[in-house]
Amino acid sequence: MTAFGKLIRTTAFRLTLVYLFLFALFAASLLGYFAWNTRRLITEQITSTVNAEVGEVTEIYNRRGLRGLVFTIGNRALRPGANLYLVTAPNGQAIAGNVGSLAPGVMGIEGWTETAYRRLDDNDNTDHRALVRVTEMTNGFRLLIGRDLEERRRLFGIVAKAAQWSILVVVVLGIGGGIFVARRVLQRIDAMTGTAQRIMAGDLSDRLPVGRSGDELDRLAENLNAMLERIEALMTGLKEVSDNIAHDLKTPLTRLRNRAEEALARAGSEAGYRAALERTIEESDGLIRTFNALLMIARAESGQARGNMDDFDAAEVAAGIHELYEPLAEDGGMSLHVVTGPSPLHGNRELISQALANLVENAIKYGKPVVQPIDPEAAAAAKEILIEARREDDSVLLSVADHGPGIPEADRKHVVERFVRLEASRTLPGSGLGLSLASAVATLHGGELRLGDADPGLIATLVLPARAGAADRLAGQTQDVPQKAA
Amino acid sequence: MRLLIIEDDRESADYLVKAFREVGYIADLADDGEEGLSMAESGDYDVLVVDRMLPKRDGLSLIGTLREKGNRTPVLILSALGQVDDRIKGLRAGGDDYLPKPYSFAELLARVEVLSRRNVGPAEETVYRVGDLELDRLSHRVARGKDELTLQPREFRLLEYLMKHAGQVVTRTMLLENVWDYHFDPQTNVIDVHISRLRSKIDKGFERPLLHTIRGAGYMIRDGIR
Repeated sequence: MTAFGKLIRTTAFRLTLVYLFLFALFAASLLGYFAWNTRRLITEQITSTVNAEVGEVTEIYNRRGLRGLVFTIGNRALRPGANLYLVTAPNGQAIAGNVGSLAPGVMGIEGWTETAYRRLDDNDNTDHRALVRVTEMTNGFRLLIGRDLEERRRLFGIVAKAAQWSILVVVVLGIGGGIFVARRVLQRIDAMTGTAQRIMAGDLSDRLPVGRSGDELDRLAENLNAMLERIEALMTGLKEVSDNIAHDLKTPLTRLRNRAEEALARAGSEAGYRAALERTIEESDGLIRTFNALLMIARAESGQARGNMDDFDAAEVAAGIHELYEPLAEDGGMSLHVVTGPSPLHGNRELISQALANLVENAIKYGKPVVQPIDPEAAAAAKEILIEARREDDSVLLSVADHGPGIPEADRKHVVERFVRLEASRTLPGSGLGLSLASAVATLHGGELRLGDADPGLIATLVLPARAGAADRLAGQTQDVPQKAA
Repeated sequence: MRLLIIEDDRESADYLVKAFREVGYIADLADDGEEGLSMAESGDYDVLVVDRMLPKRDGLSLIGTLREKGNRTPVLILSALGQVDDRIKGLRAGGDDYLPKPYSFAELLARVEVLSRRNVGPAEETVYRVGDLELDRLSHRVARGKDELTLQPREFRLLEYLMKHAGQVVTRTMLLENVWDYHFDPQTNVIDVHISRLRSKIDKGFERPLLHTIRGAGYMIRDGIR
């Protein structure tokens, strides 16, 4: 595409053309109105003057007869000016007046006519135009009084000229301005396109140029830059995640392979092979679990699970999870309790249950008190894990608190990431995905996972937006008093 | 029992046919959706095992067509799509159970056996009996011999499910799905703990244990043997 072709294809240029057309139309109609009105005014002036004069002359004729008429006309015809007079006999012969010749047949039409004429005293041979009124006198004599139209024509000429010039100026200025504006816009757009192409080619750190005027293009560029910022952050995150995934999946795969190799090389007995195979199956089950958890997180993060949302009370979820894990906690030397109040939610029940289950599993695994208090009551309290579901303003809080070592403040942001496991927990079984999933589920529901200090211990809270409009319905229920179930 | 396996991946299909034949079932194989549909319509099968993604006609449409024609043969769907909403989609299309890949054969076998007896079994009786263990579903009374047993509501439901499928292997996932209605995979042995609690109530102090652990598969309640 040529530079000019590109220019005239710009929106700015096309808009200019539209405005140009509109302005030209406006100027033309304004001048047209002016010309038409002037013309009307002049014509009215002519007719009224002529009418008055016809009246005067008719009266003279009535009073003083033909002689008086001819005398008056003769006198008036000699005055300089644009006035035309003619008196004709019944046979058509001119008796008095300053009109030399007329278009044929004009004298035959009574009333107003616009006609070409020549003055008697005019030496040039050009026709002029005039507006004349012909009146029939008695005895077949006819009187013509009129006025030359030169003045009107000149005025009209001036207006027409003005119209030509103004339209020319509008067009020239309009096209010039359009090209100027379009080129300016085009330059900036070209700069943006260039940057965008560089970014698409792989340089994600490049940013669009932002001017200082703060106009719509600058705002667009700013927003695109913010978008690029986000994309770059996501890409970096994704790369880290895939690196982590590669690392954390390779480790068990390597273990798997080593075991199979070892069994092949060493185990001679059937029992040996059997044991090796069983361990292999166990290890691959672990891998499958890890994969499932990863897929689940990916789905929650991409928002695909939004399809399966319904209304439910998080208190039921808390009670259900408590019921499921209570024996496990007890076996692990802990005690699991639940306290619930009405907590209306709209969401994916399955995912929220799983997120809460992950938090409880973590508490059971890692929430053992660091130091056993000697006082038996304090020792019992230290082993307590509390699941709580309650509503706070517009949020539903689903929390799990333990009295274990907790997570140092500096690490709290970090542990939510996939596969991150703190030094202290590396020796315990687990995939390092539990908190990631809980966090992804919270994000999916428009909430977040908060990790806090239970003093001592960890309190992990899923902060989720409460179901809108549920407050009224719940106000009547008697569940406001928290129920403690053991 | 006659089974029809509709699966296009040759290797896993052959593995399934062989594995089912080894446990004494008759297993036929169809390797695309159309063939599977016509075999399912003409043959008299107890259970259909259907892969979700098949050439010519996909698994869900196959099941839908069968159901439309009034064929009520129990169907187990196998799928690489293991997420909650995929499972719901499969069950809505007319499937009776859904097993995400990769699965263990023990899990598949247990589920197929439960499905196959759905049509004939003693499912809707009010009182279940295994040996001298008795469970009354209406009065929620559980007794072993002359001893009345006190169970928590969840323990009752767990025992009810096990006794409904007495003599069949029931896997941990099946228990989590059917007794607790959770479809996720806990990273810990929660179910085992519940089972051991139940076991201490129904078997402890009795000579003949009824609740057995089946290695590598799950649990089974039955009378006899050991």
